[in-house]
Amino acid sequence: MSWIDIGHIDDVPLRGARLVRTEVGCVAIFRTDAAEVFAASNTCPHKRGPLSEGIVHGQKVTCPLHNWVFDLNTGEAQGADEGRIDTYPVRLEGGRILLDGTAVSRRSAA
Amino acid sequence: MAKKLIVIGAGMASGRLLEHLLEADPGAYDITLFNAEPRGNYNRIMLSPVLSGEKSFAEIVTHDDDWYGTNRVTCRFGERVMSVDTARKVVVGEKGEVAYDKLVFGTGSSAFIIPCPGHDLPGVVAFRDLEDTTAMTEAAARPGAKAVVIGGGLLGLEAAAALRLRGMEVTVLHIASHLMERQLDPAAGYLLKKDLEKRGITVMLEASTQEIKGDGRVESVLLADGTELPCDIVCMAVGIRPAVKLAQDSGIACGRAIKVDAQMRTETPDVFAVGECVEFEGALFGLVAPLYDQAKVLAKTLLGQEETFAMRELSTKLKVTGCDLFSAGDFADGPGREDIVYRDPARGIYKRLVIEADRLIGAVMYGDTADGNWFFGLIKDGTDISEMRETLIFGPSYQGGASADPLSAVAALPPEAEICGCNGVCKGDIVAAIAGGATDLGAIKATTKASASCGTCTGLVEQVLSVTLGDDFVLPTAQPVCGCTELTHEDVRRLIKAQALKSQEAVWQELGWKTRNGCHVCRPAVNFYLLADWPLDYTDDPQSRFVNERNHANIQKDGTYSVMPRMWGGMTTPQELIAIAQAAEKYGATVKVTGGQRIDLLGVRKEDLPAIWHDLNEAGMVSGHAYTKGLRTVKTCVGSDWCRFGTQDSTGLGIKLEKKLWGSWTPHKVKLGVSGCPRNCAEATCKDVGIICVDSGYQIGVAGAAGMDVKETERLVDVPTENEAIEWTTAFVQLYREHARYLDRPYKWVAKVGLDWVKEVLSDDAERRALVARFDVSQSVYQTDPWAERAEPEAARRFQPLADLTLRAAE
Repeated sequence: MSWIDIGHIDDVPLRGARLVRTEVGCVAIFRTDAAEVFAASNTCPHKRGPLSEGIVHGQKVTCPLHNWVFDLNTGEAQGADEGRIDTYPVRLEGGRILLDGTAVSRRSAA
Repeated sequence: MAKKLIVIGAGMASGRLLEHLLEADPGAYDITLFNAEPRGNYNRIMLSPVLSGEKSFAEIVTHDDDWYGTNRVTCRFGERVMSVDTARKVVVGEKGEVAYDKLVFGTGSSAFIIPCPGHDLPGVVAFRDLEDTTAMTEAAARPGAKAVVIGGGLLGLEAAAALRLRGMEVTVLHIASHLMERQLDPAAGYLLKKDLEKRGITVMLEASTQEIKGDGRVESVLLADGTELPCDIVCMAVGIRPAVKLAQDSGIACGRAIKVDAQMRTETPDVFAVGECVEFEGALFGLVAPLYDQAKVLAKTLLGQEETFAMRELSTKLKVTGCDLFSAGDFADGPGREDIVYRDPARGIYKRLVIEADRLIGAVMYGDTADGNWFFGLIKDGTDISEMRETLIFGPSYQGGASADPLSAVAALPPEAEICGCNGVCKGDIVAAIAGGATDLGAIKATTKASASCGTCTGLVEQVLSVTLGDDFVLPTAQPVCGCTELTHEDVRRLIKAQALKSQEAVWQELGWKTRNGCHVCRPAVNFYLLADWPLDYTDDPQSRFVNERNHANIQKDGTYSVMPRMWGGMTTPQELIAIAQAAEKYGATVKVTGGQRIDLLGVRKEDLPAIWHDLNEAGMVSGHAYTKGLRTVKTCVGSDWCRFGTQDSTGLGIKLEKKLWGSWTPHKVKLGVSGCPRNCAEATCKDVGIICVDSGYQIGVAGAAGMDVKETERLVDVPTENEAIEWTTAFVQLYREHARYLDRPYKWVAKVGLDWVKEVLSDDAERRALVARFDVSQSVYQTDPWAERAEPEAARRFQPLADLTLRAAE
């Protein structure tokens, strides 16, 4: 693992998300609570909806295009839908968001 | 003493033969089973799901060691049969001779390998057995691996789809001009190709393989036209050949395969054959149904009973998840043959029936194969279809006259009948969900998604509930908001007011929400109720809004946005048009004139939104709120200023109404229209509020609709002055804001509360003015241009990515 500082927690709106461009595509950083973040693929497997624009609730996000709901812990689609999004290791350190650079580099994706 | 039976080949046909034999008379024979593959019988048809990873090999084994043991079948697996001496009645295996009284050839077939240069390189496989499957699975495990599948028939396409599911780049080469030409006509072949391409499979038709190249291993496939396709594995699925060498060498009469009669006897006494190695009346067999028939016949023959094998019609289905195709019978064109064709290109559905002399002789279906078995039955039975010819293509549910009782129609629907078009949910899914414990609409929505999108099928879903549950289903009078609460929208609104709940947290706590902070269904509703009831105490939460209302632009299907500035009453100026044109050019937008008398700029990237808003703001324009549950447009005609029929200044009134109402949040979108005379050029009579100007004043209509439902407005009141028209309109909108449930347009809300009640409230002068006053308070907070706020540098920053790690790599 190689932790990369990608920004401050307050740069991400509470119950919202921001994007990080990476070699494996756009990764969304979700802030589900005051000090709780998740990192996952921004792309819904259904019709490629941008998940960072979805409504964040609990530890889940709802795709803005067709309301698929994903658990941010596992990346699994909820309910009747079948699919999953990639999730990436992310952690907080003194208000800074650290993303695992290895997980989002091209070599690990390949 | 039992006679000795030897079966050569443990395949699907001989496996079925043993089952019939042992079931009818377990003691009739001492059975010895030879198999060159080092294992017993498995369901070869299911190798496709094994290849794709959807099933494991263990799941497709039909006869395991236990089965052979229990039935006292002597297994000689992994042992080749060297020769058969029909004179001495012995079979010579690699490990010795075995004598027989009766002998069955079940040697099956082997894959046909195109004898082009390189066909014997490692990495060239067929798709016949577990070894082939394993070789392909191993190749697919390498990241970025490429596969070329030669052959676009049933087997090749199943292999291609499975390899694609494994993540390989897959190209299918097919020699004919459409896929599965033996089972499909060109139209269905085209639809199938399109569906496969959608999954990322490349299909090359009329592609002739010239050479397979590679140094010690497959590296590429060279086509006759010079195209070279790099690949890691080549799967040849161009056809099968009966495996008859052993039979020929043993002096058994063969044509293209082992010749048998209708009792499955070869021309040599006490020697029989079954399965793909058989030729009967000149025909060969590849699909499983006739093989099973043969097995049944041979079992009877071996037990000395009468039975006759006859060929019958065959139907085909492709086992590729999501590609729904069915074909049966003979569907070639010919003299005296007629077609009935049904096409629905938007849904990718194609059905073709071939009729000859009032009999159905062939059927090809793609996209919707629900009625396939019914058609197949008509073909097999040779039913006279002249009576039902007109409705034949619509399937069995349309035969025998229309039913008057809607419930009986729903009851008659087959399980495959689609109930929810948005989410592709069939009746069977819903019935299964009911069997699984779902007894109301909410539970059906949660488990199947039926009626969870546009909702127009809600009634149907309830009918399925009613038909399935009978008296146990009572139409629920009130639906909870969502799974987060037991309360209805009406309950929540009432309690927010009654308990003076002024924050989301207060709602979650006081009303006992089951989730941490709601979900995408309830949170936008609660956010609206709070801001509508407590405009000065509660602050709108953008994170509880749908993306469009949060980003103040309409998200499009490709993730870009559309931007639409307000044009008050549909009026604009040359300066505004110049600014719009410049912005469109600068940000590469597509320009569309909308039905609401404005101009839409489509295809703007999220990062560019603050900048384009800034430019439009500079020219004096504000957000048109074309994305909100709020005031959209006020459509007007040119009115008395220009029109010779105009009775009042309809444009002026429209502009005044728009300036009064813009920026307010409402339960759903609100559209207005003002027409200058009863000719109604502004189409005001299908708006949420529509005003028709007449000589004596203004006729205010409300609760119109022109969307999923179409409905004319109902007259609220006639007023003599413009100011009164504005006051009544504003009061109506505020009443709607205070009482309607989230996502009910005014026409739905009025239908629930009744127009009489609305009239009664608004006719009270004091109440009407109080409503307007409350509206004005709300507007003091919310009537601001969201674009101007978000074009500020600090806010604009949030429209950019948080970080760009691709730059780091470039360094």
